Amino acid sequence: MYRLRLWSVRHARGLERLYKWVEGTMVALDPLFARIGYARVERPVAVLESGVKGLLFDCEMCGQCVLSSTGMSCPMNCPKQLRNGPCGGVRPGGFCEVKPWMRCVWVDAWDGAQRMRNGAWISEVLPPVDRSLKGSSSWLRVAREKAAERRHSETKSRARRIVAKAFAGARRNEPASAPLAEEPPSAVNREAQP
Amino acid sequence: MSADAQGHQAGLNAYEAPPPGHSSGSRLERVLRQGRFAVTAELNPPDSADPEDVFEAARPLAEVVDAINATDASGANCHMSSIGICSLLTRAGYGTIYQISCRDRNRIAIQGDALGAAAMGVRNVLCLTGDGVGVGDQPGAKPVFDLDSVSLLRALKTMRDEGVFLSGRKITRPPPLFLGAAENPCVTPVEWRPDRLKKKIEAGAEYIQTNYIFDMPQFEAFMARVRDLGLHEKVFILAGVGPLASARAARWMRSNVPGIHIPEHVIERLEKADKPGEEGKRLCVELIQQIREIKGIAGVHVMAYRREHQVSEIIMESGVLAGRRPVARRQRAAAPAKA
Repeated sequence: MYRLRLWSVRHARGLERLYKWVEGTMVALDPLFARIGYARVERPVAVLESGVKGLLFDCEMCGQCVLSSTGMSCPMNCPKQLRNGPCGGVRPGGFCEVKPWMRCVWVDAWDGAQRMRNGAWISEVLPPVDRSLKGSSSWLRVAREKAAERRHSETKSRARRIVAKAFAGARRNEPASAPLAEEPPSAVNREAQP
Repeated sequence: MSADAQGHQAGLNAYEAPPPGHSSGSRLERVLRQGRFAVTAELNPPDSADPEDVFEAARPLAEVVDAINATDASGANCHMSSIGICSLLTRAGYGTIYQISCRDRNRIAIQGDALGAAAMGVRNVLCLTGDGVGVGDQPGAKPVFDLDSVSLLRALKTMRDEGVFLSGRKITRPPPLFLGAAENPCVTPVEWRPDRLKKKIEAGAEYIQTNYIFDMPQFEAFMARVRDLGLHEKVFILAGVGPLASARAARWMRSNVPGIHIPEHVIERLEKADKPGEEGKRLCVELIQQIREIKGIAGVHVMAYRREHQVSEIIMESGVLAGRRPVARRQRAAAPAKA
């Protein structure tokens, strides 16, 4: 919802704190998720996540949430889906080039980042979206990434490794933006699945 | 004659590693690294499949510029492709800048084209996000935007410096490309534009071509911040300029072309002039002379849409070449003979 989305940017600091807490909880639950199986918890968590983030951020479930690096303004709402700042076509007053009635997602992002403790993360170069992860839970991905780091386990995918290396700074702040942990089958290519 | 020798005779460029301290073998890069004031200009791409139309469009520019930008369906309007134009011109000895927009092609196409362009001798690229499809001549097209200008820079830098695609697969001969990006200093959010520039530099940008500058106070404020951040020492900034045809044309551009900021006093000046076309040219010359004095500026980029015939006069009158013989011209002997 557009109005709530703007509210979220205005309350970026509070949401950042909430997000830290959610992340900590998800990471703490890793042993439980691993026991039940990430493939099994994927769907229910994704549905919950979609509901909450859909309401607050107009989330499109890209599966690679970077809200903490974008001032709590979701870059998937940018008609060009830019992940690294505004384009050159922003209209006077901070409105979108493509949708003139909408505020520029990135003007808001910079505004939100100013309110956040880790607002400087907005300066980190973010990798392109991995489109095969659309529809999957980003929260679970973060839990897997942090846990995988502890276990020193890594993906066999060469493509994932090179993206994580090329965008190392982004991965440090937002591990889900360049994931390295093994993905459960239920989290990949959801769009292609019947 | 071996096929290889034939290739060289036809003006094809052999693969060459860049000279020490350079990213590419490009003339533009050399001029900039030597600290000379560089000039680039935008070519109006033809709606034609005739190579002669490309050479004709390039001729008036080549006399005064170090490299010619071939736009990539600018304003989302379909024209001959940038890679096609750059290939033709490069093989004829011109310095070119291959503009890559993220609007029309995904990462697979873009990475492949970067190799193809480099193999054809192209050495400069300009990484752009691109205007939305809605402003163009085919608004029903599917907008791609798989990468953005910043991730595109990092992708090409990875290909060049690490010798791998984003898939991690090895590239046996990496593309020696001089990486450029755009910036729009006078457009909202003006307070964040320098930070966005910094991000582009971190992603891999080595030179910047800005959008049109008509608002000098705004641009000077931008450059002051750029200097505070020390960015002018990390990137070559070419300021974008261009002649306005009339007050009406300026107003039309301002309201119909994304990202154009023209202050009212500029339009008023054109309105009062007897010959608005001449006044637009004079204004452009003045802007270049003012821009040249700003610390941290490495050159100008002239965008003279449908007024390409004025580019040579504008550059000559501005005096920015300071007696330097334009680099693109010397190479024209290598161009195919024209009847």
